Amino acid sequence: MSTTIEVNGQARTLDLDPRTTLLDALREHLGLKGSKKGCDHGQCGACTVLLNGVRVNACLSLAVACDGDKVTTIEGIGQPGNLHPLQKAFVTEDALQCGYCTPGQICSALGMLEEVRAGWPSQVTDDLGAPIPLSAAEIRERMSGNICRCSAYPQILAAIEDYAGDAA
Amino acid sequence: MKPFTYERAVDAAQAVRAVASTPGARFIAGGTNLLDLMKLYIEQPTHLVDVSRLPLAGIAATSEGGLRIGAMATNSQVAAHPQVRAHYPVLTGAIVAGGSGQLRNKATTGGNLLQRTRCAYFYDTTKPCNKRIPGSGCSALEGLNRNSAILGASPACIATHPSDMAVALVALDATVEVLLASGAQRSLPVADLHRLPGDTPHVETDIAPGELITAVVLPPPPKGAQAYRKARDRASFAGGLASVAVAGGQVALGAVAHKPWRASAAEAALRAGASPREAMDAELAAAEGHERNAFKIDLVGRMGVAILSQNAEDRA
Repeated sequence: MSTTIEVNGQARTLDLDPRTTLLDALREHLGLKGSKKGCDHGQCGACTVLLNGVRVNACLSLAVACDGDKVTTIEGIGQPGNLHPLQKAFVTEDALQCGYCTPGQICSALGMLEEVRAGWPSQVTDDLGAPIPLSAAEIRERMSGNICRCSAYPQILAAIEDYAGDAA
Repeated sequence: MKPFTYERAVDAAQAVRAVASTPGARFIAGGTNLLDLMKLYIEQPTHLVDVSRLPLAGIAATSEGGLRIGAMATNSQVAAHPQVRAHYPVLTGAIVAGGSGQLRNKATTGGNLLQRTRCAYFYDTTKPCNKRIPGSGCSALEGLNRNSAILGASPACIATHPSDMAVALVALDATVEVLLASGAQRSLPVADLHRLPGDTPHVETDIAPGELITAVVLPPPPKGAQAYRKARDRASFAGGLASVAVAGGQVALGAVAHKPWRASAAEAALRAGASPREAMDAELAAAEGHERNAFKIDLVGRMGVAILSQNAEDRA
């Protein structure tokens, strides 16, 4: 099926088997290997991308269902020599060991911070009527869809806090 | 995945006709559960009708003082909606207790109701499962049944319904609106949407193939406090061992049965002046545990007592 997706600001047209996930379209058809395949079942978050600005699991999205959509992958967020401030914070805080989950962590964190700004509550939000504080508990809860098997969680939290503090 | 064809629905009437007229066809919206199961060959649709772009994502007040939530509204949109947060906090609490941020951004209201069990043997295609292959047997009866049902189960199936959202909807007396292939509409209480397993655990709802959930309608919120509490094996992004939703005097239990469980016996006891403990004991009198999940009877009972006592204190 002919499918056109705007990937990192550029319209890309592909002829796809309907079974192709957005993740496989990005990695295998467009050569964008930054988004990672961890579990391929929506459990690990390594494939997280921004779909029309919202974080989703690319492995649980059919590419043909994204026809007409805008996708941002890690390649669209920063590049070698031109790192996004959140990527710099991950480096500064040593927020990775093997690095396999990192692109998903970065995309997820950027989507997550937008959700907080928009006032979306989480499981640890006490007052559903008040602005949401960007506490460590809120960040941890909201990032629970991204697994880090090296267990760099304290550093990932620190990197997100550094970036969010600077961006505020 | 098995090969399938795909079409994006133009309107709801065309979508139901397309699914009803194509053997093996299914609707797809967020796809977070269906695609997962298709990758495991547990679901094998031959044709997918994508309803996610249909204009059914609105959330609006009803003339009765309630709220109508379009079936394509995502879980995130519903949980964050100002009216839901202000008047149905039990629904926000239930939704944000389920899945991950990424999943809630894709998962829809209609799809959440129709998601399938997380029973390990439903997922393990090397093992018997009456829900996956009718007549093959239930592996959970003598197997890993920590997550299994304690209420309303049958010798054919002890699986639980995994939705958190649906537990809150049942406590809130919500109804679903359904579009039939004929173009007619019907509505039914969410409490009547899901079936107990009986001898046919593979038949999970009273929605026929080709019928499309178009909306969930909430009546005006009941008087009294609302709360959702969930117990699970890790703090976040895990299915429940048990959950309790309370909205005023209305109580529903989650992860304990093949459907979201309305605690009618507990409610009746409370109305008759019983204590929270007596009310939960009345509800759980018929509960039955298995080797690894008998603890859930005590667990859900204590969770219910805790919420009901807190609400009573808040009133005092």
